[in-house]
Amino acid sequence: MMSNEMIYTRFERIWHWVLAILILPLLLTGFEIHGDYTILGFEQAVDTHILFAWALMGLLVFVIFWHMTTGEWKQYIPSSKNNLMAMLRYYAVDIFLGGGHPFHMTRTSKLNPLQRLAYLSLHVVITPVTWVSGLLYLFYTSWGDWGLEGLSLTVVAMVHMAAAFAMLAFLIVHLYLAITTSEKPFGYVKAMISGYEKKE
Amino acid sequence: MNSHLRSWIRSLGTLVILIEFTFGSAYAATQSPQKKVSTSTADHSKFEVLQQEFSTAPDVTKACLTCHTEASKQIHKTTHWNWKITHPETGQVLGKKRVVNSFCGSITTNYARCTSCHIGYGWKDDSFDFSSEENVDCLVCHDTTDTYKKFPTAAGHPTYVDKPFPKKSKKIWKAPDLTKVAQAVGKPRRENCGVCHFYGGGGDGVKHGDLDSSMTNPPRTLDVHMGVDGLNFVCTECHSTDGHDLKGSHYTSVGKDKHGIDIPGRDDQSRASCESCHGDKPHEETVNNKINDHTNKVACQTCHIPTYAKGGVPSKTWWDWSTAGRMDDDGKHLKIKDENGYVTYVTKKGTFEWGENLVPEYAWLSDEIRYQELEERLDPNSIVPINTFKGDYNDPDARIWPFKIMRGKQPYDKGNNTLVISHLFGKDREAYWKSFNWNRSIKAAMDAAGADYSGDYGFIETTMHWPLSHMVASKEEALGCDECHSRNGRLAELSGFYMPGRDKSDLLDIIGWLAVLGTLGGVSLHGFGRVLFSRKRRNG
Repeated sequence: MMSNEMIYTRFERIWHWVLAILILPLLLTGFEIHGDYTILGFEQAVDTHILFAWALMGLLVFVIFWHMTTGEWKQYIPSSKNNLMAMLRYYAVDIFLGGGHPFHMTRTSKLNPLQRLAYLSLHVVITPVTWVSGLLYLFYTSWGDWGLEGLSLTVVAMVHMAAAFAMLAFLIVHLYLAITTSEKPFGYVKAMISGYEKKE
Repeated sequence: MNSHLRSWIRSLGTLVILIEFTFGSAYAATQSPQKKVSTSTADHSKFEVLQQEFSTAPDVTKACLTCHTEASKQIHKTTHWNWKITHPETGQVLGKKRVVNSFCGSITTNYARCTSCHIGYGWKDDSFDFSSEENVDCLVCHDTTDTYKKFPTAAGHPTYVDKPFPKKSKKIWKAPDLTKVAQAVGKPRRENCGVCHFYGGGGDGVKHGDLDSSMTNPPRTLDVHMGVDGLNFVCTECHSTDGHDLKGSHYTSVGKDKHGIDIPGRDDQSRASCESCHGDKPHEETVNNKINDHTNKVACQTCHIPTYAKGGVPSKTWWDWSTAGRMDDDGKHLKIKDENGYVTYVTKKGTFEWGENLVPEYAWLSDEIRYQELEERLDPNSIVPINTFKGDYNDPDARIWPFKIMRGKQPYDKGNNTLVISHLFGKDREAYWKSFNWNRSIKAAMDAAGADYSGDYGFIETTMHWPLSHMVASKEEALGCDECHSRNGRLAELSGFYMPGRDKSDLLDIIGWLAVLGTLGGVSLHGFGRVLFSRKRRNG
C-alpha cells in the first residue's frame, strides 16, 4: 500500500528553498562581476552579490545551529563502503536496466550514501572555501590590519572563482538527480516542497 | 463656498510664486555671478600713497610695500617667483626655469617672451635680480579691474603706452591706468590666476587640459566646486596661501593625501587636495563600501574627472616641432586650420592636434616625480618620457591618477642622445623664429645654458604627463564602476594587480568551464542513456 511519510521537516524545507533562492543570484552576479557578461551592471551586481552573500551566511549560521542542536548533522556521516558501492552501481548500471533503488529513505536516514558524501563535501569544503575567500575578497583593504599583507588578491579571487565553478557543477548534478531520478519526474522536488515522500 | 475660497487662495499663491520667480530670477541674472561684497577692512581707493600718477608698474609695487612691508620678501621664497623648486623627495631641481618641456621649449634665451607670465618685472635675461623687492608684480594677482595685462613680449611689464599687438596689426594693446588699478586691488579671482594658467604653453587650453578660459566663469556642470551656479569657488579656496606661498604645485604632487581633512592645528595646512575637505572616506556607505575602499589606490580625480577639455575650449594633444619652418610660395608664414577652426599648422611652431571632451589616460602617481634633464641620456629608439612618476600597486603612497598626456616631436641632440633647448624668440639671427635654422637656435640656447651640444640634431617623440585636478564632475556625473571593471575598460593598460571584472586567469576559467560543461555533458549522457534503455525495456 502507498503511504506518505514526512521526510523533510518544515525548517529543512524552508532553508533548502531559501538557499536555492540565494545561490542562483549569487552565481549569476558572481560571474557578472568576473566580467563574463553584463546584466545588472558591475555596481548593481556587486551590491546584489554582497547582499545575498550576507543573507546566505546568516541563513547558514541558523542551519548549522539547527543541525548541531537537533543532531541532524549525523545524517551526513558517510556510511559504509559497501553501501556506497551499491549506490554507485545503481547510478552506473541498474538505473539503465531498471533495477530497484538500493536505498530507502526514512526520516532518520534521508540521505543515500552518495548524497552523504556529496553534501558533506559541500559543507566542509566548498562552502567554507567560498565563505573564507569571499570575506577576504570583500575586506581586502583590512588585510594589513589583520596581519595578512602577504596575501595576494589574485590568489583569493582565484580560489573564490574555483569555489564558484565547483558550486555550479554541484548544482547541475544536484538538479539532474533531484528532478529526474524519482519514480515520477519532479517527485523529489515535490517531496522537498510538501515534505512527504510516497512510500510503498 | 469653502472649496471655492480655497481654490482662490491657491491660485493667488501660484501667482505670487510665479511673479517672485520671474522677477526674482531676472534680478539674479543682472547680478554678476561672482561679485561678492568685499569684507576687507581696507579700501585701497582711500590710501594716500595710491593717490598718484604711476609711470611704471614697479612704482606701484613700491607704494604697496609701504604698508605691506613683508609681501615681497614672502614672494621671493615662492615657486611663482623663482620658477625653481627643489623636489623634497628626489632632490631634483625643477620648475619652469629648469625643466625641459614639450611645449614652447625652455625659457633660457627666450626670457622676455616667456617671463611675461612671471610675477615680476624685467626678467629679460640671465642677470635678473631675484632679490629685488620692487620688481615683484602685485597687480597681476590682485587687480580686480580686468584692465591690467602684462604685455606678451615685455618680460612681465604691462605696456605703458597703447601699442599694437601683434606687431604691425590693427589690434591695440591698451596701457592700463595704474592709479585706478592700484586703488582697486583685492583678493585674487579666477581671472587673475587664469591670465597665466589658462593660457600656458602659448594659448588658451594649450598646456593644461583641465584649465582654460572656460574656467573663468564655469557652470557647475564644468566644475562642481568652481561653478558660478554652485559653490562658486575661486582658485585660492583650495590653493590656500601661507605667506603668499600657494599650495598644490604639480612639481610636488601629492599622490595620496594622508593627512585627511585639514583643520587648524593639523600638521598640513594645505587645502589643495580633495581629502583636505572631503576626508579619505567621502562616500556614503551603502550595501558595499567599495567606493570608500578605493581611496587607498584610486585618486578622487580618477572617477570624478571623466573627461577634460570639456568647457568648449580644445586642449592641445600633439605638437610636432619637426614640421616647423614651412612657408608658402611667396615665402610667407603659413597658418592652417581644420574644419573645427583649430589651428593645425603654423610656420613658427609646426603641426598641432587638439581635442575636446577628452578621456584621460591613467597611471600610478606617488609624491615622486622625475623630469628628463638636459644632460641625461635618452634612448633614441623609443618615445622619451619627459616626466615620470614613481609608483605602482604595491606603493602605499601611490594611487591611480588621470592624466592629460602631451605628445609630440621635439628637437634632440643626435650625437649626445640628450634633449636640447632652443632659442626661439628674439631679433638676433640665432633665434629660430627669425632665421628658422634649428642648428643655430639649439646651439645658442645650449651655450647659454652651459650644456653640451654635438652639433647634430634630430627630432624625437616625447610624452609629458599632466595630472588632472580641475573640471571635477559631481557624483551624478562621475564614472561608474563598469568604466574600469570591464575587460577593456579605462584601466586595461595598468598591470601588476588584480581587478575584478577586468582580470581573470585563463587557465582557471578553462578548467572551471570544462568542469561545468563536462558535468552538464555527463548528466545529459546519463539521462539520454536512461531514456534509451527504458524505451528498450518497454519495447523488449
